[in-house]
Amino acid sequence: MIAACKIDISVGEDDFDSAVELEKLRSAGVGAIASFTGIVRDEATGPALIALTLEHYPEMTTSQLRKIAEQAADRWQLGAVIICHRVGRLLPEDNIVFVGTSSAHRKAAFDACAFIMDYLKTEAPFWKKEETTQGTRWIDARISDDEALKKW
Amino acid sequence: MRIRYFAWMREHTGCSEEQLALPAAVQTVSDLIDHLSSVSDGHALALKNRKTVRVAVNLTFAAPDTPLCDTDEVAFFPPVTGG
Repeated sequence: MIAACKIDISVGEDDFDSAVELEKLRSAGVGAIASFTGIVRDEATGPALIALTLEHYPEMTTSQLRKIAEQAADRWQLGAVIICHRVGRLLPEDNIVFVGTSSAHRKAAFDACAFIMDYLKTEAPFWKKEETTQGTRWIDARISDDEALKKW
Repeated sequence: MRIRYFAWMREHTGCSEEQLALPAAVQTVSDLIDHLSSVSDGHALALKNRKTVRVAVNLTFAAPDTPLCDTDEVAFFPPVTGG
């Protein structure tokens, strides 16, 4: 499966356009495209959010995202996987992450997309720091994100 | 050995990376955490709660008993929060 699935990973400060990424997922034999786009919320856990800064471990991030995409391609019949993840200082309503999958059938596309997001949340080395009207704080990891892996 | 710290662990240690000549007594990730905890109060604080310490050796997630050698790159960071 891995050889047949096209995997495209990009990590950087630049914005992405979900519509452009979705168009890239179209190709011969594709019957289904699923995607997830993560966007910066304008409210923090408490006070109003000014910005969200994403730090990462550059040398590890891309290889880790590729591993996750390959695991998905091993498990489902996929035509392509695209993962775009932004780093640096982001403002409310900015894009953070895009995951798109294509397949012959909807279930594989949906499931692979959810699987990739669940693993990205717990195994890709990114960290978020909130900047609010009352100061800055690192966001804590959520137990529910670890729990989400159990269903796979 | 190249040691790297990310997120709040970087802020506590006061450095994003440092070089260490691997002491003979340090053979595993767990030994290294013990050793680094004695370097400074900041290091001790960063590595205090073992449950929140995630470790990667040569860009792959590692366990407390993962063996180490002097040419390894070891990274310490809190649980990830991307996406």
